[in-house]
Amino acid sequence: MIRVEHPGLLSTLQDLGRPGCQHMGVTPGGAMDGYSAAIANALVGNPPAAAVLEMTLQGPRLSFERGAWVSLTGADLSAELDGRPLACWRPVWLPAGSRLGFGRPRLGCRAYLAVAGGFEVTAVLGSRSTDLRAGFGGLGGRPLGKGDVIKAGESTLALPDNPSRPCVPAWSAAWNRALPLECPARLRLIPGPDWQDLPDEDRRALETDAFRVGQASDRMGLRLEGPPLHPVSAAERLSAGVTFGTLQLPPDGQPILLGVDRQTTGGYPVLGTVASVDHPRLAQLRPGETVRFEPIPVERAQTLYRIRALQLRRLRTGLDLRWPLNSPSS
Amino acid sequence: MSASPPRLSPLGDSALLIVFGDRIDPALNRRAVALSNALADLPGVTDRVPAYASLTLHYDPGVWSHDGLVETVMPYLADEGGTALEDRHLLIPVCYGGEHGPDLDEVARHCGLAPDEVIARHSSGEYRVYFLGFTPGFAYLGGLDPDLATPRRAAPRSSVPAGAVGIAGEQTGVYPQTSPGGWRLIGRTPLRLFDPLREPPCLLAPGDRLRFVPIGPDEFESRLRGEAS
Repeated sequence: MIRVEHPGLLSTLQDLGRPGCQHMGVTPGGAMDGYSAAIANALVGNPPAAAVLEMTLQGPRLSFERGAWVSLTGADLSAELDGRPLACWRPVWLPAGSRLGFGRPRLGCRAYLAVAGGFEVTAVLGSRSTDLRAGFGGLGGRPLGKGDVIKAGESTLALPDNPSRPCVPAWSAAWNRALPLECPARLRLIPGPDWQDLPDEDRRALETDAFRVGQASDRMGLRLEGPPLHPVSAAERLSAGVTFGTLQLPPDGQPILLGVDRQTTGGYPVLGTVASVDHPRLAQLRPGETVRFEPIPVERAQTLYRIRALQLRRLRTGLDLRWPLNSPSS
Repeated sequence: MSASPPRLSPLGDSALLIVFGDRIDPALNRRAVALSNALADLPGVTDRVPAYASLTLHYDPGVWSHDGLVETVMPYLADEGGTALEDRHLLIPVCYGGEHGPDLDEVARHCGLAPDEVIARHSSGEYRVYFLGFTPGFAYLGGLDPDLATPRRAAPRSSVPAGAVGIAGEQTGVYPQTSPGGWRLIGRTPLRLFDPLREPPCLLAPGDRLRFVPIGPDEFESRLRGEAS
């Protein structure tokens, strides 16, 4: 049992999302940074589809009524255990009565908390993800609120030698090669049909550091602010399918980068779509950050995807070998 | 008239966009829906999303390369909808006017018609479900009598009940769930268009054809109770 003392800015339960429902107008959703969420689960021996807590910029304050193995990945939101800094990207045993809090957001935008056994909520349309706009999934379709109690499923992991004290094994996940949070962010983009219609100066603006992430940015999409781009075509667009990372150009010339909670279709011209391998970096963009795009062919993007998937599988296998932790402090 | 060949383009590294044309046309939509049905058993394709005149396939790039999927889909594109599944015909009961259609009189005034004439025209048309989108279960319908076109309200309502039937410009539609909205509300259906806990969750599907059938407030109430139980 985990009690929410303070919910933070926006904390939601998420998993791999709800594929297979887009023809009904249901967005796939899921963890915005699926890579960090996957590692969080792997660190505590969870299956990839276990629900994790996605925390945005200002993390929550949680009290653990029972001891639990947990892991924190993604953004560095200055995690604290009972007021002392807590290591990320590794499993941590929190004894009963522990209070997990967060301070200043140091790096990135979204952090992930996994608890061994996964957060237990009812799956809706095959997923435990919170769909905030449609109002279902997770905790009844809403973010964490003060006083909420969330349950963790059964953990199969061994207890530490002394379960009444925090325990931090000496090993951690080698994550940083795959989630470079350096600035300015570089997002590789598979150009869409409208990319070639942009004037040279507009393409240059997107390929250099002319655009910043606007305040009006959330899981649905990120507003980019910079020199207004020229409309690519006067022709009317019919709504058609869009996806995570699609870069749209509305008439005001300020592009929109779609997030996981996007609508399933859109009617704006499509400049391109960010390669899957850079979705985690996209998810970690925070308002005010500079972003630039690098066009790459779809074949290259798919090769990068497969390399990343292989790295993640290797990492998972490596982490699985670490458990059960009989003497994790050694 | 022979149709122009569809245009295929990558929508990133894990989706393929197939565009049949650039206008709202039942024949183009039929091709999109027929192709979606024809590809239903393709492994590694997670979502098939028809729109007005296009189909988007979302796929696992661990299973398909862009070129591989294009090559696989190509033979299906020659079919111009001749083998499309039989369209479903559905009846949607609607209680027009009164508390369920607070904007009916305004729409009638705007169109220069009597309220009864608005109801008669709205419920005599046949509508095509082009696709679902915007929110879960929301159907983009074609077929509104152009004489009923009415602009949106200047100020949206903060809460429109699920089932509300409205007009916005040349579109008509049904709100699948309670939400804010600016459409002119002319009636309400007791049917639940979307329920994530029901199988199937959506009452409507792309390619469906539907008619609105006027019902009275008493029938509305009893059917609403029936839906809720």
